[in-house]
Amino acid sequence: MKAKNQRLVLALIALVALVGAALLAMSALKDRASYFYSPSDALRDHVALGQAVRLGGVVEKGSLRRETDGVTIDFRVTDGIATVAARYTGIVPDLFREGSGVVAEGRFTAPGQFVADTILAKHDENYKPPELAGNGMHQSASLKK
Amino acid sequence: MSLRTIRILLWLPLAAFLIVLALVAAGLIRPHDNSVRSQMIGKPLPAFSLPSTRPGQPPLTSASFADGKVRLINIFGSWCIPCAEEMPQLQTLKQSGAVIEGIASRDRPADSLGFLRRYGDPYDRIGDDSQSALQIAIGSSGVPETYVIDGKGLIRLQHIGPIGPQDIGDILAAIRDAQG
Amino acid sequence: MIAETGLIALWIAAAFAALQACLGLAVLKAGGEDLMRAVRPVAIAQAVMTATAFGALLLVFYRTDLSVKLVVDDSATTLPTLYRITGAWGNHEGSMLMWVTILALAGAAVALFERRLPERTLAATIAAQGVIALGFFAFLLFSSNPFARVYDVPAEGNGFNPLLQDPGLAFHPPTLYVGYVGLSVAFSFAVGALLTRDVGPAFARAMRPWVLGAWMFLTLGITAGSYWAYYELGWGGWWFWDPTENASLMPWLAATALLHSVTVLATRDGLRAWTVMLAVVAFSMSMVGTFLVRSGVLTSVHAFALDPRRGAFILVLLALYIGGALALFGARIATVSEGNRFEPVSREGALVVNNLLLSVILAIVLIGTLYPLFTEAMGTKVSVGPPYFNATAGPIALILVAVMAAGPVMRWRRDQIVAVGKRIAIPAVLVIVALAVALWWAPGLHILPLLGLALAAGTAAASVAPLWKRNLRRTPLFTWGMVVAHFGVAVSLAGMASESAFTQETLVAARPGEMVRVGPYAVRFAAIEPVAGENYTAVQATLVATRGTATPITLRPAQRTFDNPPQQTSESAIATRPDGQLYTVVGEPVPGGRWQLRLWWKPFVTLIWLGGTLIAIGGALSLIGRSLPRRRKAEEQSGFARFR
Repeated sequence: MKAKNQRLVLALIALVALVGAALLAMSALKDRASYFYSPSDALRDHVALGQAVRLGGVVEKGSLRRETDGVTIDFRVTDGIATVAARYTGIVPDLFREGSGVVAEGRFTAPGQFVADTILAKHDENYKPPELAGNGMHQSASLKK
Repeated sequence: MSLRTIRILLWLPLAAFLIVLALVAAGLIRPHDNSVRSQMIGKPLPAFSLPSTRPGQPPLTSASFADGKVRLINIFGSWCIPCAEEMPQLQTLKQSGAVIEGIASRDRPADSLGFLRRYGDPYDRIGDDSQSALQIAIGSSGVPETYVIDGKGLIRLQHIGPIGPQDIGDILAAIRDAQG
Repeated sequence: MIAETGLIALWIAAAFAALQACLGLAVLKAGGEDLMRAVRPVAIAQAVMTATAFGALLLVFYRTDLSVKLVVDDSATTLPTLYRITGAWGNHEGSMLMWVTILALAGAAVALFERRLPERTLAATIAAQGVIALGFFAFLLFSSNPFARVYDVPAEGNGFNPLLQDPGLAFHPPTLYVGYVGLSVAFSFAVGALLTRDVGPAFARAMRPWVLGAWMFLTLGITAGSYWAYYELGWGGWWFWDPTENASLMPWLAATALLHSVTVLATRDGLRAWTVMLAVVAFSMSMVGTFLVRSGVLTSVHAFALDPRRGAFILVLLALYIGGALALFGARIATVSEGNRFEPVSREGALVVNNLLLSVILAIVLIGTLYPLFTEAMGTKVSVGPPYFNATAGPIALILVAVMAAGPVMRWRRDQIVAVGKRIAIPAVLVIVALAVALWWAPGLHILPLLGLALAAGTAAASVAPLWKRNLRRTPLFTWGMVVAHFGVAVSLAGMASESAFTQETLVAARPGEMVRVGPYAVRFAAIEPVAGENYTAVQATLVATRGTATPITLRPAQRTFDNPPQQTSESAIATRPDGQLYTVVGEPVPGGRWQLRLWWKPFVTLIWLGGTLIAIGGALSLIGRSLPRRRKAEEQSGFARFR
């Protein structure tokens, strides 16, 4: 390395590395960021099956059913317009119940049929309603597939 | 050339920082919430009939809304701190002539009334929504939320979270809009 | 009265901070022994006043003074004493006050003890410190007053978030804050040095203890936070790539880079501009950490917590401090003369690669964390989680570890590739052997855990290489520090790889009396019964785990129900054995008299936090080694410290 320009060379290397990092990040974000849908968004936009997404809505009253294995639940997520059937295997967060808001991470296995890997209910360090959202997540992850 | 290149490179960190700053500022100005927006805006109020929280009063029903008068529906709970925070703003709205119907969500009537004794009672009527049936039907996923219902019983506006002093103008404007 | 005393103390402290900034700038402009002598008592008075304010807050929390709004929001008379005190910093306002208190104490320490810097640079540093403190005082006083009263004194407070009711909380935030504040001191040093164009070894030596200390506390804070989340949340994970976690990781990455570049500057007088830049970046990242996340801009899940005025205030502070420092950098750094040069193959070269890789990881984490903000500005909501971070940051972190293994055996200024190759031959062979063993023993391993295990073996060996053929008693303490810290990285990496490769999980609904298997354990669900705690009731399961002929272990996971505020938390029960942890959680009842049980066997998971602790201990050793004055002098003269 020519000593005369060492500073410039180092600066350029740093620049290249950081631009490289940004490009890597952007390309990875393209297929690894999961989009947030409400049930009506999801049905309207025809979300690709198997793609990682988040589904947000309210657990429909009377829709929560437990499978005989005791750890799998079926429920419906609604936004008042459209409804999506969802299935989850695992221990649900304490704040999860019928009629409460829910954000589920997972994928559609068929149109209108969602399988959740993770269920998020939310809470806050401030005192918030038992069923509701705030900062910080309260989640429970499902079995690794 | 090399010297000038260096000089330009030196300002790159500042430029990158300003971009991030602009992004964050945009995020701050646009109230970006992951809250679930109601899909009921522009639709008629769902049919409901809730017993009154105040003893001895008639139930709060959806039928009573389509009488040509613009009303606010405010969903609250005695267990909810932001609900207490927005009470002064609700009083201001009431003094500006707004009619506010309260919906006590997942609450015991005794607790609701105690809460109103402490923080003031801006409500015209209060429905006891202990099962949060109306709350879900109207598309609300949290407390407090406030809705503007026009004279035909159509839902015109949803305000998520507590009403701050800066929100009063918006809500009064929405009420004027709803009056046509 | 106590609350008012606190508030008044805070105002006085703010005035002292302003005075400190003015005095510092005056010395910078005109010089002057007398003025300089006046700066010290001002900095001390500021620290005393801030500490008084913080003491007042602790006192109102300890007494559960329900006329103070913060106490009403975040405490209750029924809380156990420990949480009545820690509740003081378990909320936005209180934690800000704690931040400022640590900042003021650090500022006083700089003013009192710093002797290495030229007077004008020290004055500029102290002025910068005063300006930073002033901004935070303004933030506290104008938009986050912790001493605000309520008009109606309620009979009881709203209680403290049960998830935060843990001894971990007493320890975790203060540790991180000490780290952040240490970086703010490094930032002030950098600004001071830019103002006087005095970027050299003396500046680096003055800054280094602060960077080392900050880095050590950040390491401890992150390690403790990770373990806390692991056992308290009951999800079995130890890192979630949550924005809150990233907010503490990013300053750590920058501080790690800074720690290494400041060594180059102190020892070899190289990397001047880069070191200054990193000092600015490290503090910027801790600002992002403390404030953006707290303000709710980044994590907002529901719009409650965000007070737009507060967010705007933070943004203005960020713009002023970081923008100002970067503008100063752009304007000044070209006039700072270039430091010593070095060959690409040299210790410096390896440290440059280390710095570049750390910066790349930092950029990836920052972009991933901010990306949801960006898309939201475009109108789409996304979340960025582990799939992104693991796939991008993971491989680069492994390369970084490989460089870390080679760096310490390289010579300063110039080295030969062949010679370096010989020195790391044994670790390199170890990597290959470990790869082969892992492939033979567990063929289906994923690539990242596989490489992680192999690299951990090689790095563990390479990290002790600097001690090779050396008189261990004569080896300076800071070399020991480096060895221990690098060894800690290998230990932690081994734990992470093992956890992600070999964890076994069982999720069932079982009746009392039934047997469940997980990993090497047979677990009997012995009983489930209600128990009462100080401020909660709980349903507690009794599990008896047996493995071979070893003494059975009894675990008691529980579901706690708090009533003020009404919330449930699950309390995991964990049994630690030399070769791993058995992690158990009890869920809800299921019709038929069954209960959900979730069990994990996590081989060698404890190495993650053991490694983190070793890294911090390494930092502590270096810090002690660097700050013993007699020995530092000897080291600077001969290149090695003499054993006393």
